[in-house]
Amino acid sequence: MLSLRNVSAGYGSFQALFGVSLEVRAGESVAVIGPNGAGKTTLLRVISKLIDASSGEMTMEGVRLNTVPAHEVIARGIAHVPENRRLFPRLSVEENLRMGAFLPAARARFAERLRFVYSLFPRMEERRAQPAGTLSGGEQQMCAIGRALMSGPKLLLLDEPSAGLAPVVVQSIFALVKRICAEGYTVLIVEQNIRQVLKVVDRAYLLETGRIKSSGSSAELLGSDEIRRAYLGI
Amino acid sequence: MEIFDVFLLEAVLNGILLGGLLALLSLGLNLIFGVIDVVWICYAEMIMIGMYAVYALHVQQHWPLLAAMAGGIAIVALLGALMHQLVIRPVLAAEPINQLLVTGGMLFFLQAAATLAFGIEFKNLGVKMTPIAIGEMSFSAPRLIAFAVAVAGVAATYLFLTRTYVGTAIRAISQDRQIMPLMGVNPGRIFTITSALGGALAGLGGCLLVLQYDIHPAIGLSFGPITFLICVLGGLGNMLGGLIAAFIFAQFISVGGFFFHIEWGYVIAFVFFIAVMFWRPQGLLGGKTR
Repeated sequence: MLSLRNVSAGYGSFQALFGVSLEVRAGESVAVIGPNGAGKTTLLRVISKLIDASSGEMTMEGVRLNTVPAHEVIARGIAHVPENRRLFPRLSVEENLRMGAFLPAARARFAERLRFVYSLFPRMEERRAQPAGTLSGGEQQMCAIGRALMSGPKLLLLDEPSAGLAPVVVQSIFALVKRICAEGYTVLIVEQNIRQVLKVVDRAYLLETGRIKSSGSSAELLGSDEIRRAYLGI
Repeated sequence: MEIFDVFLLEAVLNGILLGGLLALLSLGLNLIFGVIDVVWICYAEMIMIGMYAVYALHVQQHWPLLAAMAGGIAIVALLGALMHQLVIRPVLAAEPINQLLVTGGMLFFLQAAATLAFGIEFKNLGVKMTPIAIGEMSFSAPRLIAFAVAVAGVAATYLFLTRTYVGTAIRAISQDRQIMPLMGVNPGRIFTITSALGGALAGLGGCLLVLQYDIHPAIGLSFGPITFLICVLGGLGNMLGGLIAAFIFAQFISVGGFFFHIEWGYVIAFVFFIAVMFWRPQGLLGGKTR
């Protein structure tokens, strides 16, 4: 579904990604794991065109993404839940969800998808009129994921959904990610919380200092000595 | 004593009427600042262009008054969109002082353009309306109309901003500009729409003012500073604060003018403004609460 070949990118003179290639197939859940500063967030920002790739090829369902402007990426079926959730703090929960359905095609199905999101996150329905800035961290993450689902995406990009949350909330967020995968969404998730995320996804790529170091199924990576020593502390 | 009270009441009611109009005038300026983060120093001159547009369409082109007003609103809305595309967009990332300078430059440009097109003589629509008397009080019909239309304009803007997708995006973009593309929103388009809406509100203000006042190229200077001060008093960019400040300011002008002399009303209002600025430099509802 999504394919990246030799993608490099950076900010000004600082290069953050070096020839990254990866593949996400329809129905899969894939993680990109790695330490802080490895370029994981940059990778998602390149896919949703918030920053331009300096070289390499990106395609979504066979259509080239490189020349698509940022605000048209979502129309190709890619919804991005950004780092730190980035809700609109003074808009209500429901208005945040409405922003997720801004595309004309999504507006027509707003009521139906709102019901779906509320069935997924009943807490959001309780808090629908509340400003999003007053939600707890876990609730904000639900709202951010809900907002992305409102566009009816084929591929969901999740950037560190567990960041900044209490351990018990982290558990429930990963359970939620698992449910979203089970709903049939294709998911590309970026995480530092490697042990947890590998329990949820099918496959993963290890990203270090802007390069893909290894890849494989979750079981393979969990069993790999390199990952166990460097990231799992075993 | 009884007559005194009636006239005081008249002054208070006239203050409310003025407040509605000032609220409308400040709304567009506040909206643009809140969303785009640029102060249009030339906002009152856009209102002036709206007044001339109605004059030109009604008196020179003989359009019916309501059609001329609709045309005037459309012209100033277009002017607002052009203003954003041609003048603001190139300096969006520039220092605030440079943004102030270009919009200040537009003030003189628009004044000069109006002088070239219409000369410096005072113009008016020649519309005469008899004052409406209620008991011993009398109210000018244009003021009543201006109040009613201004309140309707403010309410329509509120509904647009809260009930539509584009209106919600206008409020959202002022809270987080960078992630708007992730919603499928083109920020440049929202800025242009906001500028056109701000222009349309200026045009509507022009329609209401042209019923009450003669037009000349420098007329913007007689209400531009007040409009700007109201926005600052309410908290620049805070639309609710602007509405409240408009009614407070209007009461100072109207009731102050009643007790002393009409010019004193303005003096008292400005003294109040300066006092508030010492007490709350960010404005009454300052800090970004919208």
